[in-house]
Amino acid sequence: MPTITYIEHNGTAHPVDVPVGKTVMQGAVDNNVPGIDADCGGECACATCHVYVDAAWLDRVGLPEAGSQEASMLSFAAVTQPDSRLSCQIEVTDALHGLVVRMPEGQH
Amino acid sequence: MTNPNPKVVILGAGHAGGTAAAELRRAGFTGPITLIGDEPIPPYERPPLSKAWLKGETDAGKLALKPAAFYETANIDLRLNTTATAIDREARTVTTGNSETIPYDLLIIATGARARRIPLPGLDLANVLELRNAADADKLKAVLTPGARLAVIGGGYIGLEAAASARGLGCEATIIEREPRVLARVACETLSNFFQDYHRTQGVTIDVNAQVAALHGTDGKVSGVRLSDGTLIPCDAALVGVGAVPNQEIAADAGVDCNNGILVDLSARTSDPAIFAIGDCTHRPIPLYERSMRLESVPNALEQARAAAAAICGKPIPAPEVPWFWSDQYDLRLQIAGIPFDTDRIVVRGDIAAGKFALFHLKDDGTVQAVEAVNASTEFMGGRRIIQKRLKLDPARIADMSVTMQALAAG
Repeated sequence: MPTITYIEHNGTAHPVDVPVGKTVMQGAVDNNVPGIDADCGGECACATCHVYVDAAWLDRVGLPEAGSQEASMLSFAAVTQPDSRLSCQIEVTDALHGLVVRMPEGQH
Repeated sequence: MTNPNPKVVILGAGHAGGTAAAELRRAGFTGPITLIGDEPIPPYERPPLSKAWLKGETDAGKLALKPAAFYETANIDLRLNTTATAIDREARTVTTGNSETIPYDLLIIATGARARRIPLPGLDLANVLELRNAADADKLKAVLTPGARLAVIGGGYIGLEAAASARGLGCEATIIEREPRVLARVACETLSNFFQDYHRTQGVTIDVNAQVAALHGTDGKVSGVRLSDGTLIPCDAALVGVGAVPNQEIAADAGVDCNNGILVDLSARTSDPAIFAIGDCTHRPIPLYERSMRLESVPNALEQARAAAAAICGKPIPAPEVPWFWSDQYDLRLQIAGIPFDTDRIVVRGDIAAGKFALFHLKDDGTVQAVEAVNASTEFMGGRRIIQKRLKLDPARIADMSVTMQALAAG
């Protein structure tokens, strides 16, 4: 099972095994990882599962397409960066084993 | 707080209660947590019950807030099939239906709301249903076989969503609404009309200004809804969705202040400092609108669960959020940010006829109080920011699609 490491804004790392097919957001919610709220439950409608994708993984994870719903939601999130993603839109695959994401200071 | 590890008891294992337990652990709380729920299953999401669940598009695992193993892993004592019957505030105990006494240092009441019951002859007939929990949804699902006729009493969100799902399952659906339009309590006339028209094009019959007089039955089973003008609407099942009442009795009986909900402050604390209340059962302040009210919504349950967890852990209470709501019907996603208090102007952005638009509700000084968005998530999300920032906007700019929502939200 792929391991995803979620790093809180304060630096605390949470390595978690997430089944293939779940989203990076679900992996955090299922394991009660602090820093990802996911208020809308994964509908890409609230921007409270915002993460920064580690530079080494950006190629594999990719960025939201211009004009996509995710890009639109992210444009209203607090403190976005060029490596910002909504974790409900990243599906876990074997290729993402070892993925590192960091959480922003807040989701609201 | 003198006790660094108080014992927390949570009454109600719904979306609010389940989230409070998880949020306490996320916030680093290490004391004992007991989560008491009267349903047979661990906390789950209720919104899909009238939609994906009815249509068989989701499963129990996806509905669950957390994986089954979570509660044991997180050391949360989850007690299902357990009803709390009384709170003794002096002794700081909760009594359950099987006469067990559970002590607490801090109590979180998350008892939710129940379907409003209207006094109607025939309410006890078989297949007269309501929709609040998974057991209700399973009963409804069982009667929604292709060709079945569903009468929906009450044109609110639950009624409209159930009617849409029923159509999707090949059933006939009639919505019976007492007011002149559906969603009368919760949406503006433009939006009501849009949804009414859409449902009708989807084959739903909508009777407005219609007063139900009685439910008729054959062999103990509902067979029709009689209106006060004598009309009989034949049906195989009737869903009554005429609002909800807060489950506040256990608090009120213990002397906790209640007034159309358990009264709480922004940290979700009640009139008893050792007792918090969260979710649909509460009546809470909304500083944004300088009011207090009940908010029956998942976002409110989540916000208050976090507030209570923060208060219990001695952390800062997160800033209050702009209230928001959503509803999915057919291929329509309705998202509402804010509540249109004191507004006298509606600005349309987008194309109502094309089913992709947002209605901005403005006060006379241009302050945006609420945004109702249909298939327009960007308008919804931008609307939340605009409302949060108390922006005053020029109606002409709002209506101008060449001005982006990002630009509008920037002020």
